[in-house]
Amino acid sequence: MSPVPLFVAIPLGAAFLIPMLGIWWKKSGEVLAALSTVILAVMAILSIGSTAVTHHMGGWAPPVGIALVSDGLTVLLLIAVNVVAFLCILFSLKYMTAYSGLPKYYSLFMLMVAGMNGVVVSGDLFNLYVFLEIASIASYALVAFGTEADELEAGFKYLVLGSVASVMILFAIGTVYAVTGTLNMADAAREISLRFSGAGAMNPALLLAAAMFLMGFSLKAALVPFHAWLPDAHPSAPAPISAMLSGVVIKSLGVYAICRVFFHVFGFDPNVTSSVILANSMIWLAVLSIIIGGLVAVGQWDYKRLLAYSSIGQVGYVILGLGVGARVLATGGPRSLAALAILGGLFHLLNHAAFKSLLFLSSGAIQHATGTRDMKQMGGLRDKMPITSATTNLAALSISGVPPFSGFWSKLIILIAVVKAEHYVVAGIAIVMAFVTLVYYVKVQREIIFGSVRGAVEKAKEVPAAMYVPLIILAIVCVGFGLLYPVFGYRILEPARDALLNGAEYVKLVLG
Amino acid sequence: MTVYFLCAVLLTMGLYCLVAKKNIVKKVIGLVIMDYAVNLYLIIVGYKKGGVAPVIERGMNSSMLERFVDPLPQALVLTSIVIGLGVLALMVAMCIRIYERHGTFDMSQISKLRG
Repeated sequence: MSPVPLFVAIPLGAAFLIPMLGIWWKKSGEVLAALSTVILAVMAILSIGSTAVTHHMGGWAPPVGIALVSDGLTVLLLIAVNVVAFLCILFSLKYMTAYSGLPKYYSLFMLMVAGMNGVVVSGDLFNLYVFLEIASIASYALVAFGTEADELEAGFKYLVLGSVASVMILFAIGTVYAVTGTLNMADAAREISLRFSGAGAMNPALLLAAAMFLMGFSLKAALVPFHAWLPDAHPSAPAPISAMLSGVVIKSLGVYAICRVFFHVFGFDPNVTSSVILANSMIWLAVLSIIIGGLVAVGQWDYKRLLAYSSIGQVGYVILGLGVGARVLATGGPRSLAALAILGGLFHLLNHAAFKSLLFLSSGAIQHATGTRDMKQMGGLRDKMPITSATTNLAALSISGVPPFSGFWSKLIILIAVVKAEHYVVAGIAIVMAFVTLVYYVKVQREIIFGSVRGAVEKAKEVPAAMYVPLIILAIVCVGFGLLYPVFGYRILEPARDALLNGAEYVKLVLG
Repeated sequence: MTVYFLCAVLLTMGLYCLVAKKNIVKKVIGLVIMDYAVNLYLIIVGYKKGGVAPVIERGMNSSMLERFVDPLPQALVLTSIVIGLGVLALMVAMCIRIYERHGTFDMSQISKLRG
């Protein structure tokens, strides 16, 4: 039996069992969540290099039945989601003891993981929507988990904007169904390419659906101008949840869904006039996110808010790589160039999952030790918390693109692709904003890590091992992805790139 | 065509309510209107004038099959209503908590975070 359904079944089962057992057994959340995330992370890592498979739910073959699909892109996201989820649970074991209602926390956490894994493996548009809602509802509740004034306000804001996004996505799914008569992504893709590739232009209804999809998924991915909820929601959540939200939620619900729907269902076909418009709008969203996310981050003094704005900018780089790849495909340019751009985007996605979750976890460790997130009240953390400081430093160097860490290579690949595609202005902006990224992480280092011990740091002590072990593991990943790409990185990234490049392969895989 | 237009009007009304109203309970109502507009849209997609329920019975000929309505959008709407109910419950619960903390439903008085 293929292991694909287990990626949804295990966390969903854990989410169901935890609150039930929690009535009699106080530790049910910790034990079950840790156990199931370990299993999921191991399963995800073992699936590297496996052949693409389709699982027919209930034995009904698509397009009638619902299919779960696992191809290269799915495996990439499964690894990011499940490894980060495991490390966040590990961090939670100690960090979350300050909160009450822990079985509920772990149950919601597992529900969120189940939703994300479901989005990633789903081969059916409506199924994707249902899992998207499961993950979203769980994350709304988790953002407001502290139930303090700020957390509730941020949670409500996230809830309202997230629901608008869901409504738009459902509307678009209905439109795709009305035009193609199917909800299966591969079948819809085949139908769209058969009907519109020859006609040269897309049906206006499908264009509306594409616009709605782009808006909905951009809201979930927090691309500018749909980003307003993120800088409130991510800092307000408990640190492990911030790490999950910034590290993987915006990617699996936003970026992955954009990839799957636009590259596979709509397709970037040089014979269809509207595909250039789609690719261009992706580039525009990316450039806006890079500029605004980066510039606003410089002025922040709340450490977690700074990280949240930085997430907006970095997701912009991911979308930039994918968008340039899409544009090359849509204009009929060389496929090797599109491959390079897409590879850069996906590489940055994976790297960002590692270093941004590390940064958010370290912000949790710092808040745990000093009781503040205000950078003006910190300084000289290096002397008091050497491990947290060292790992934070590594992640900051990596995200700001200092060689030889992972962030440098992925940004370099994206920039080379953008220049080769002759978008010189965009490339210029991306280079300048890469320096701005460096500026605000230098600010983090100067205000928090280096300098003389002052303010809230004076009484700080290094956090316990349960909290710094996840930080060390993520720091190793940050360095490892940079240096060891030729050894094992390509085994994750190249199948994902090929899956995105060849939409026809996906159709063949699902429909046989 | 008019039906689709009216459906879009309903969606826009919900969006307007969500954006323009200060009271968070009214925002919730706006969101519910949007949700229902999309449910209505899905139903319209599957609607067929003079259609019959898609149940195959003994002795039916192929001309009857032509008159079947599309059952899939109805199944989607059922699922979507259930999801909408879940979101609504969470929203109302959050509104109650916000009222407990702030003593008001007015967003302009609650708002401290800058976005």
